[in-house]
Amino acid sequence: MDKKIIEVDQVVIKFAGDSGDGMQLTGTQFSNTSALIGDDVSTFPDYPAEIRAPQGTVGGVSGFQLNFGKKVNTPGDFPDVLVAMNPAALKANVGWVKDGATIIIDTDSFTDKNFVKAGCDAEKLKEIYNDYNVIEAPITSLTKESLKDTELDAKSKTRSKNMFALGMVYCIFDRPLEHSIKFLENKFAKKIEIAEANIKVLKDGFNYAVTIHAMPSFRVHSSTIEKGVYRNINGNTATSWGLLAAAEKANLPFFLGSYPITPASEILVEIEKRRDLGAKAFQAEDEIGGIMTSIGAAFAGHLAATSTSGPGLALKSEALGLAVITELPLVVVNVQRGGPSTGLPTKTEQSDLFQALFGRNGESPVPVIAASTPSNCFNYAFEAARIALEHMTPVLLLTDGFIANGTEPWKIPSMKDMPEIKTQFIGKDEKEYLPYLRDKNMVRKWAVPGMKGFEHRVGGLEKMEVTGNVSYIPENHEAMSIERDEKVKLIVNDIPELKVEGNKDADVLVVGWGSTYGHLTTAVREMNGAGTKVAHAHFNYINPLPKNTAEVLSNYKEIIVFELNLGQFAKYLRMMHPTNHYEYYDKVQGLPLTVKEIKTKVNQILEQL
Amino acid sequence: MADTKYNFKDFKSDQEIRWCPGCGDIAILMSVQKAMAALDYDKEDYAVISGIGCSSRFPYYMNTYGFHGIHGRAGVLASGVKTANPKLSVWQITGDGDGLAIGGNHFIHEIRRNIDLNIVLFNNQIYGLTKGQYSPTSLFGQVTKSSPYGTIEQPFHPGELVIGARGKFFARSIDNKVADTTEILIQADKHKGASVVEILQNCVIYNNGAHNAITSKETRDDNQIWLKHGEPMIFGKEKNKGLILDGLNLKVVTIGENGISKDDILVHDAHQELPYIHLALINMAVADGFPVAFGIIRSVEAPSYEVLLEEQIKDVQSRSKIKNVDDLLLSGNTWTVD
Repeated sequence: MDKKIIEVDQVVIKFAGDSGDGMQLTGTQFSNTSALIGDDVSTFPDYPAEIRAPQGTVGGVSGFQLNFGKKVNTPGDFPDVLVAMNPAALKANVGWVKDGATIIIDTDSFTDKNFVKAGCDAEKLKEIYNDYNVIEAPITSLTKESLKDTELDAKSKTRSKNMFALGMVYCIFDRPLEHSIKFLENKFAKKIEIAEANIKVLKDGFNYAVTIHAMPSFRVHSSTIEKGVYRNINGNTATSWGLLAAAEKANLPFFLGSYPITPASEILVEIEKRRDLGAKAFQAEDEIGGIMTSIGAAFAGHLAATSTSGPGLALKSEALGLAVITELPLVVVNVQRGGPSTGLPTKTEQSDLFQALFGRNGESPVPVIAASTPSNCFNYAFEAARIALEHMTPVLLLTDGFIANGTEPWKIPSMKDMPEIKTQFIGKDEKEYLPYLRDKNMVRKWAVPGMKGFEHRVGGLEKMEVTGNVSYIPENHEAMSIERDEKVKLIVNDIPELKVEGNKDADVLVVGWGSTYGHLTTAVREMNGAGTKVAHAHFNYINPLPKNTAEVLSNYKEIIVFELNLGQFAKYLRMMHPTNHYEYYDKVQGLPLTVKEIKTKVNQILEQL
Repeated sequence: MADTKYNFKDFKSDQEIRWCPGCGDIAILMSVQKAMAALDYDKEDYAVISGIGCSSRFPYYMNTYGFHGIHGRAGVLASGVKTANPKLSVWQITGDGDGLAIGGNHFIHEIRRNIDLNIVLFNNQIYGLTKGQYSPTSLFGQVTKSSPYGTIEQPFHPGELVIGARGKFFARSIDNKVADTTEILIQADKHKGASVVEILQNCVIYNNGAHNAITSKETRDDNQIWLKHGEPMIFGKEKNKGLILDGLNLKVVTIGENGISKDDILVHDAHQELPYIHLALINMAVADGFPVAFGIIRSVEAPSYEVLLEEQIKDVQSRSKIKNVDDLLLSGNTWTVD
């Protein structure tokens, strides 16, 4: 049989099955192998809020999407290849795959019973055979057959079927098996029979694909990437490590007070592991306890942070105000998810921007910055800590479920290349300590318990300028309010200017902030490649906005603000820079943007010009 | 060890005290200052942490490091300070509203964790700073601003909460008994772990005389029993009353009556792990015909949180190959692009 080999720059694969089918592991293995052989990779795990949602139902489908190849900035809009382990997985995803996509199904699970569970019509589903390249494989029975001579129980045998599917996909894309074999040997080092069974199934899956001539039908062009040492990293790990890096650079011990919450828990889990670096992680009894222990640790002279998601930030609001008025350094990480209330805990959204900027009582200015890719969570966590320590203020770092769980290859930085962080401790030899005496940046000095001669009191009551004694004097309250505000505004001199990517003489500017970077930059690059004039400005610094913001925005006839909420950043820009016209593009589906919808919107605006 | 000896006046700040004249807090302030002067720390190693309420103004009147926090959160603020720097002597100043209502969750958890804090709980059975609403320790039926027809809520007994949270140290004192309170506070600091000292405090404005049945000159000898570890539980004007165990219950007896001698009286064992007798002592009330127990009721040794954490850090550090952030970044799966 002749196989047509398709040459492509990027391929998008989605593994989908029951939430217990091991799809996350399968997807991670494929990503790691691809990264190891030099591809750019971006991943998007998409799983239900329930740990084991009802089997076989659409609500219980767990998916892992990945995009690999050359110049990859997003996990891809629509899969080229879908692996569907049951009818529910097919039903949930078939509407989202590319025209003519390859769909691999486990025919063993396509039973009448499972069609009923998935709530779909078997006949109707068969129509996909006309529109797509369907590869039918009896994955479950072949897995059982593969393991018939082993001692494993039936359940353990069936559980290995994800490795069969992985083996098949490795064959289709001509990937080596060694990396996954090594992984399985390590993971099941103490259960060698499980390791051997999984490896056998993986190889049999690969060979089965060879036998049915499913093998290499795509040739994916590899990326030309910079020299260096690389690893895969997700946003939550990168955030944790960025904070630890800042503590080391500032020569301070690190403290994290936190409470488990999806999708931020991994930050607490990672810092708990880092006893080896002397980090102290405190799992508090609630969100308030998380931030308050951190404020206590900051008072005691640590680099302190607290990690949470939207509902947790709401609970922390009063305490964040305490950090504002006491002017202690603190990093608050908000891994945003769909809201309000419990909302969509495992889905992504950017709808906590207003809460971050304004969600406190009183005049309570807080610097807000946002990471925009999984790996640059490291840099922006570091940056949040740097600003907190150098400007003696709490700083809010916004990430979201998409970049927190998504992974990409990351060129590992060296600590010697990270910027210096200057702490604001009062000199030991100073004769006197005035807690609220400010420097030219309106920043006060830091004295911590244990420092002799600098005993002082801080607290939530308004303080007298300079001395910090409690004061109810009307003019003083106003002066202190302005000073705190001014201090945050002055940070503008300490952050980089806004950069513009894309076409130099474009009339239309695409604007985004935070995690939409990958989709926006891909859309603009592809449009530029096709001759469309459009530029892209992406914000990582939200409060204060970069110094040149007004200048950049004034260069364009049309500004389109893309975001995953109902226009919060656009409204904020309109408030800060009211003379421009802003076009909104909002999406609140718990999903990231797609490159396709960005292009459609930009083209629509261009036509109107 | 301290290189200077302190007088309690060394702990007074220059801020004017704004508590009402006659407020019980003023005497407690002096007790804390005297305890700190007697303890071995350098002044800069004390941290006084509070929440919100009358009692929580305390840090402003102390010439130590201090933090006046937000309502109910003194426990977690203090926990963060102590966990970050275990060398400090950390004092949490709280009241029945701050500590047991809005801060109730933190109160039970700091005790459960057994963080080495000195938790001084001012119990005046009322909200003072918000002008007289009932608190979680107000008596059932008590008429206050927010319970004009009497409360219909059962009060907490702070000591019972401490036992329920598996607490290791509980003591009780009275605001104006400065010498006794000072000594109890010294022992609370020396105890490693969460030490709760409940001080019956009189609010002269909103709940004046709340503790009169216990503290008044006429009745105090018969209605108070001051417990000392290893000594028999004897009280009364004539020092002839005592406590015995009658089955599973405590019972008040008179020495010399019904064949009871001094040897029959229960000896106080503050160190016993099982909390049942401590709980019975904590719950004794004048209304039930018992004296109210004072002094150190429970003091049981157990590892404290911040010590366990430091030990775990040392242990992990001795075994881990990751010594700095560069090691961390390069740990696990990496690959090189040449």
